[in-house]
Amino acid sequence: MLSETTLKKIDREVAKYPEAQKQSAVMAALVFAQDELGWLSKDAIAAVADYLDMPAIAAFEVASFYNMYDLAPVGKYKLTVCTNLPCALSGGVHAADYLKQKLGIDFNETTADGKFTLKEGECMGACGDAPVILANNKRMHCFMTPEEIDKLIGECK
Amino acid sequence: MALLEAINPLLSAGWQKGGHEWRLENDNGWRLKDYEARGGYQSLKKILETKMSSDEVIAEVKKSVLRGRGGAGFPTGLKWSFMPKAAPEKYIVCNTDEGEPGTFKDRDIQRFDPHAIIEGMIIAAYAVGAGRGYNYIHGEIYELYQRFEDALDEARAAGFLGQNILGAGFNFELFAHQGWGAYICGEESALLESIEGKKGQPRFKPPFPANVGLYGKPTTINNTESFASIPFIFRIGGEGFLNLGKPNNGGTKLYSVSGHVNRPGNYEVPMGTPFAKLLEMAGGMRGGRKLKAVIPGGSSAPVLPADIMMDCTMDYDSIAKAGSMLGSGAVIVMDETTCVVKALERLSYFYYEESCGQCTPCREGTGWLYKIIHRIEHGQGRPEDLDLLLTLGGNIAGRTICALGDAAVLPIQGFLRHFRSEFEYHIENKKCLVPPDVQRAGSTFFTRNMGQA
Amino acid sequence: MLELELDGKALQVPDGSTVIEAAHQAGVYIPHFCYHKKLSIAANCRMCLVEVEKAPKPLPACATPVTNGMKVFTHSDLAVKAQKGVMEFLLINHPLDCPICDQGGECQLQDLAVGYGDGASRYQEDKRVVSNKDLGPLVSTDLTRCINCTRCVRFTQEIAGLMELGQAFRGDRAEIMPFVEKTVDSELSGNIIDLCPVGALTSKPFRFSARTWELARRKSVSPHDGLGSNLIVQVKHDRVMRVLPLENEQVNECWLSDKDRFSYEALNSAERLTRPMVKQDGKWQDVDWNVALDYAAHALRDVTKNHGATAIGALLSPHATLEELALAGKLMRGLGSENIDCRLRQSDFTADGKRRGAPWLGMNVAEIGELDRVLVVGSFLRKDHPLIAQRLRQAAKKGTQISVIHSADDDLLIKLFAKGVVAPSQLPLLLAEVVKAVAEAKGAAIDASLQIVMRSGIQTDGAGATAKQIAASLVSGGNAAILLGNFAQQHPQAATLNALAQQLAELLGCKFGYLGEAANSVGGYVASAVPGGEGLNAAAMLADPRKAYLLLGAEPELDCADGAAALAAMRQASSVIVLSPFKSMAALDYADVLLPVSPFSETSGTFVNTEGRVQSFYAVAKPQGEARPAWKVLRVLGNLLEIDGFGYDSSEQVRDDVLGGKPDFASGLDNGVDGVAIELPAAGAMERIADVPIHFADALVRRAPSLQATADAVAPAARMNAATLAKLAVATGDKVAVKVGAGGTATLAVQLDSGVPDGCIRIAAAHATTAGLGPMFANLTVERA
Ligand SMILES: Cc1cc2nc3c(=O)[nH]c(=O)nc-3n(C[C@H](O)[C@H](O)[C@H](O)COP(=O)(O)O)c2cc1C
Ligand code: SF4
Ligand code: FES
Repeated sequence: MLSETTLKKIDREVAKYPEAQKQSAVMAALVFAQDELGWLSKDAIAAVADYLDMPAIAAFEVASFYNMYDLAPVGKYKLTVCTNLPCALSGGVHAADYLKQKLGIDFNETTADGKFTLKEGECMGACGDAPVILANNKRMHCFMTPEEIDKLIGECK
Repeated sequence: MALLEAINPLLSAGWQKGGHEWRLENDNGWRLKDYEARGGYQSLKKILETKMSSDEVIAEVKKSVLRGRGGAGFPTGLKWSFMPKAAPEKYIVCNTDEGEPGTFKDRDIQRFDPHAIIEGMIIAAYAVGAGRGYNYIHGEIYELYQRFEDALDEARAAGFLGQNILGAGFNFELFAHQGWGAYICGEESALLESIEGKKGQPRFKPPFPANVGLYGKPTTINNTESFASIPFIFRIGGEGFLNLGKPNNGGTKLYSVSGHVNRPGNYEVPMGTPFAKLLEMAGGMRGGRKLKAVIPGGSSAPVLPADIMMDCTMDYDSIAKAGSMLGSGAVIVMDETTCVVKALERLSYFYYEESCGQCTPCREGTGWLYKIIHRIEHGQGRPEDLDLLLTLGGNIAGRTICALGDAAVLPIQGFLRHFRSEFEYHIENKKCLVPPDVQRAGSTFFTRNMGQA
Repeated sequence: MLELELDGKALQVPDGSTVIEAAHQAGVYIPHFCYHKKLSIAANCRMCLVEVEKAPKPLPACATPVTNGMKVFTHSDLAVKAQKGVMEFLLINHPLDCPICDQGGECQLQDLAVGYGDGASRYQEDKRVVSNKDLGPLVSTDLTRCINCTRCVRFTQEIAGLMELGQAFRGDRAEIMPFVEKTVDSELSGNIIDLCPVGALTSKPFRFSARTWELARRKSVSPHDGLGSNLIVQVKHDRVMRVLPLENEQVNECWLSDKDRFSYEALNSAERLTRPMVKQDGKWQDVDWNVALDYAAHALRDVTKNHGATAIGALLSPHATLEELALAGKLMRGLGSENIDCRLRQSDFTADGKRRGAPWLGMNVAEIGELDRVLVVGSFLRKDHPLIAQRLRQAAKKGTQISVIHSADDDLLIKLFAKGVVAPSQLPLLLAEVVKAVAEAKGAAIDASLQIVMRSGIQTDGAGATAKQIAASLVSGGNAAILLGNFAQQHPQAATLNALAQQLAELLGCKFGYLGEAANSVGGYVASAVPGGEGLNAAAMLADPRKAYLLLGAEPELDCADGAAALAAMRQASSVIVLSPFKSMAALDYADVLLPVSPFSETSGTFVNTEGRVQSFYAVAKPQGEARPAWKVLRVLGNLLEIDGFGYDSSEQVRDDVLGGKPDFASGLDNGVDGVAIELPAAGAMERIADVPIHFADALVRRAPSLQATADAVAPAARMNAATLAKLAVATGDKVAVKVGAGGTATLAVQLDSGVPDGCIRIAAAHATTAGLGPMFANLTVERA
């Protein structure tokens, strides 16, 4: 289920924790699995749990608790916009509206071509840089004006 | 002391200029050599070379009256002194979960000064006798998580981490742990659960982490900024640090200013700096509009109306006296284009969304609160709703395992205390006192390139 | 001790007590949902909030430690206001479906809501709906009712030992669930039904069949494993509807195994024998009792007259009551036969006549938790003794070092200190190595018999490392015990294992004992349901077939060590008299008379559990149809056969006669053997490892449909490790014909099981598909089928 490369990355995480605490690596391991497979299927979660010698349901608890894990397929580009109050004061909600209109989808929807998924985000600890868009969980785009958003979408091939 | 001299020189000290461009240009001063050029790791060397005892280190931190920068403002030195001396296995944990709306200072510390955090954590580990540490970095700043890993590699290679650090016979391993989207993990015991590879559900306290922490072992957990302040304390002495601020409020502090100001950003100023001064540093009110309200310490702090806020100085005591709290130092500035009902609705949604679901009042209550405020905002409020909000709040606050329950209630109490009439207007007229086009004018999304004052 | 004041009353409680424990001690009830004395403290429901002097806010009684001088108010305004506030929150998303909820009438939420809830709800928003999950055949879900107390989650983690349930998602989206598409397969799963304070988890077999207030609650004792769990049997119109635990800290605590809980389904099985039947000219006829009894008496008399009484053998179920066993024995002896045995799965009887007493646990059940070192020898512990395994699991968490030597590496869900897994034939050798290692560590001499064998230098692993590790653990303890499991008792060198355990216990100065297989494994000895004098034991009665058999509750083809031999013996007998609650196809084939007798629920009787505890019980329901308590049937038979000493008026008289009154514990219990020669056999070729799966083990469970639908009741396979698979050139899923010598065969699917030692095949016994294979311990040959 998981590639050698992913397992190697997991091993590196496991090594950060005391010997009897392999489970500590589950969050990172689920991130790697999601990176590799695009989303976390039940089999992916079970594979991670198995690799870390933990009950599958315990891994599922983790995967379902933290909201950057995707328990269903998402588009190639998952864009998460923070709309929390500090961001909203500087256009966070308007940026989200702009994206919705531009992509023709609402929050938690994926474009028909499977390219984009839009998510509403909670505070990302970047309120001073509003509007903020997190791309595929990992790249944060700040000060997103309409032009910047157009540019970002254009760059998503 | 003049304002600019007061700034912690070990931090790259540039972002307080507030400019987006500046931050992009200076994004590469985080490496070990840059940090050392600013005088980094001198404090650690001094402590080890002069063979300061752990008690002496803790005493110095106590003297500085550094109060925890994570929100509760608990004196850091005192916290360290709670660690049992004899325990064989102890941990140091840094809280970089930073999810409290309005707060974005730890991200900049991670970005510009990862080594200040590392040095602070090493000193803390030395003081409390911990052999291992973790920095818990929230998932949204994955790029900085990776940067921190690089910084750790540098520190390891330079002998600041690992076995027999600087030949002083002291061992300490430090690792980064990533979060993945859960505000509650900022709560210290939820964070420990999360490092253990579980859901981030807070633990009942007592026992406190100093006795039963990570993996059941004694653990000291501090905020990123708290750790990053430590090297500076040993640079200028505990007393020097205290004197930068004001009594009972030692040192300088980073304030994250967001909202309707011209230059949102992080500003480091001495404790006790007038709010008016901070507002001025942040470029003043956007478009010259009138200040309406300020949340002075992160979303969980009760809102204060403009007049009260303009009389406050930025320190724990002054803000508390005004009926709010300094919290994480996140200053959310709202001008007259703001609809307070909509503002509170969004915050209430946040607490509802982020409740861990463990304890009844928070799990069930946060949703109920949000639904009521949502109704009010959407013209379906009932006259009895405002009192219902307050009595429900009373049934949540102080009844939960962790302080998220209180955090969900405090904003409601604050907004209703100072802006009740606007809520009543909403209920009665089924619309907002602030017309929609005025609200829209507050946003700069369509009109201006942000970050350039 | 700590002193506190609770609601104005001064109180002393042990150090470390919580406020809720103190209240319990004072007889003060504090409302609660998540707290449970056997589970870790979650403090999540917040129902138990109380006022504590000087505390700025109400505190959860379940999680707040008592401090000296503390003043607690459980019913002050502050406390009650806090509790009411929580109750309001609990109810906002709770459906108002009490009228159709199985928990109705026994629901903690319902009870408390009456006291704390307000009439009209202030909550006018939409209610949450949670989808139900399939937890398997035993537990039904209505998760919209769930209040997220997480008792069930903690139970699976802490008591059952494997987290099979979790609380997924967060906030008010939190849901209790197993992992996607998984069920809850623990042998203790039914306890989550009791633990659930609302109707979110209810009994699937019981679902919608009755309301609690319609049910009579009667005490009884479980007829299954040697523990003798205490039961509350709930009855409606003489039909057993449900079984719940009767709390007894000394025995089952507050738990039941699923077997104890759900086997009642068999009581209402369509296979119940409800009329006496006799076979005439190969055809079965329903007859009146007197006809059937006459027929049986006649047959017994006939065989005695023509072939001598020793031509009769009695195979008695160890799940029968003490009274039944005693009377059956008395009947046989009255006829002149000592061929009486209830140790049906035992294969080695060389200790007979060398025993100092009846084999038993060697300690009280409750003492298990106090042991600091344990060696379990030959036991499918978790499935054979679910609640004793549970006690050991808790002990291990508190630091007890538990080691196991066995022929299967099943996951016991217990943190083990060491384990040795060897072929059945090598089990005695491994135990001998432990004895030797302990002797060495203690500087003591080893028994001469052992010295010879040990010198030959054979060892079960490397340099006897496992044995040394186990020995080091045992020697370092202060309160150790050696426990012999069912597998050790059924082993062909059972006497050797007993003698070795005895040596070990003597060297260590510790206890050793038997984990009793059946409800009356100890009671059988006490009731003399074992052969005396020249009498034949269970195996001998089959090896040397008898003319006639008397079967009491036994289904020899499934209950005996060699099912094939048992079946052959029954078939060749001229007369087989069956006393049973059930009519099985097998019995219809080989029996002549079927006498419907009561299962445990329809008769009074006594089980003597593995610790020797005498537990008598009454009937909870009237016998079905014309079934009668077996002790009465035996009494009539005794009278018909004009045997003395059958003038009993009650089962209590029988019991008092056997036990000399009604003691709490039986006497004459002793695991010691004298003069048993130690036998350490060489390894065999392709040895069989036979477990008796939990839900195949006795006539009752075999007929409980819900239990038969569980994961524990899958049909036997030929399980072997990868090396054996390779050696035999077969793969998982292949069908193979397994044979014992020229004798029995069975065709089975191959299954990989890395817990099976090299050169062994694990094939479960007590199942129709493997009965024909014959002995539980044997060398096998395998061919592709
Ligand atoms: C709901 C909740 C969220 C919190 N989030 C954070 C956070 O993001 N960062 C942080 O440092 N402390 C946070 N805290 C405070 C921590 O629990 C803890 O007090 C702090 O990390 C201690 O560090 P300090 O003493 O250096 O402030 C939070 C507390 C609560 C109740
Ligand atoms: S107050 Fe909320 S977030 Fe905190 S433990 Fe309780 S349910 Fe979880
Ligand atoms: S019983 Fe105490 S919080 Fe649930």
